[in-house]
Amino acid sequence: MTANTPAPVLAELEQGQVVAERTLAFSRDSLVRYAGASGDFNPIHYRDDVAASVGLPGVIAHGMLTMGAVVQPVVDWLGDPGRIRDYQVRFTRPVVVDPVAGAEVEVTATVARIDAEASTARIDLTVRFGGQTVLGRAQLVVGLD
Amino acid sequence: MAVNPEIKGRVFPPTEPYLVGREKVREFARAVGAQHPTHHDVAAARAAGYADVVAPTTFAVVVQELTLAQLLAEPDAGIDFSRVVHGDQRFSSTRPIVAGDELTATVTVADVKSLGGHSMVTASTDVVDADGGHVVTAISTLVVRGDE
Repeated sequence: MTANTPAPVLAELEQGQVVAERTLAFSRDSLVRYAGASGDFNPIHYRDDVAASVGLPGVIAHGMLTMGAVVQPVVDWLGDPGRIRDYQVRFTRPVVVDPVAGAEVEVTATVARIDAEASTARIDLTVRFGGQTVLGRAQLVVGLD
Repeated sequence: MAVNPEIKGRVFPPTEPYLVGREKVREFARAVGAQHPTHHDVAAARAAGYADVVAPTTFAVVVQELTLAQLLAEPDAGIDFSRVVHGDQRFSSTRPIVAGDELTATVTVADVKSLGGHSMVTASTDVVDADGGHVVTAISTLVVRGDE
């Protein structure tokens, strides 16, 4: 992966094509790092007792960490983060991060729609943790030539 | 206390300008596992046509957060932060944020809905640069759980 990786060509994409797949590992360290970088210090992301007090099975990843991390395989495929015009997700299930084992999140990015006139493609993300999807309607619109 | 439906349509004052720092971009990129060289390496970013390192797509949340704090602090809004769950999130970009940008954010309460005892507040934050040019609109739906 370098900055001058050739960009994907719109005309060569096919609907249903998988363009990126990756397994991401989150640890408690990841959550602390994201808290510091983002300024989101909600204690449900680092304190088991607080997470339990609001009915969670354990400390959970920031939704925005999940959103920010799962798009990276697509950025690497695009070769330029500036190609992302629109990115949306719905948070449907929490990612519980075990203090020892952490959490593994699997991402698959698929071409959902190609708009030749607008020179854009819609890329849908399937994001799974423990066999269940954790994001709904996770979609990007990317500009491609 | 329920969310006040009358906050729908309310526009808050613009935030103080936020200066995007190069090391902040790198720190945020490391935190989300963004490894592309344009996020870290100034020369790579310039070669790709950017003035400086490029912030990851979701970095706008750092600026948006300042506006959500305004909304949560609004005395008559009735939003109890301890009951807030992030429902969904969207970023619609005109261009990526780069280090050196001075960003100002203005939030509008786009919608307030009640659903089965919960309230859904949709906040739309427009982020503009020092010239007033649109950079990104960040839209969050906050689910405020009702009394159990």
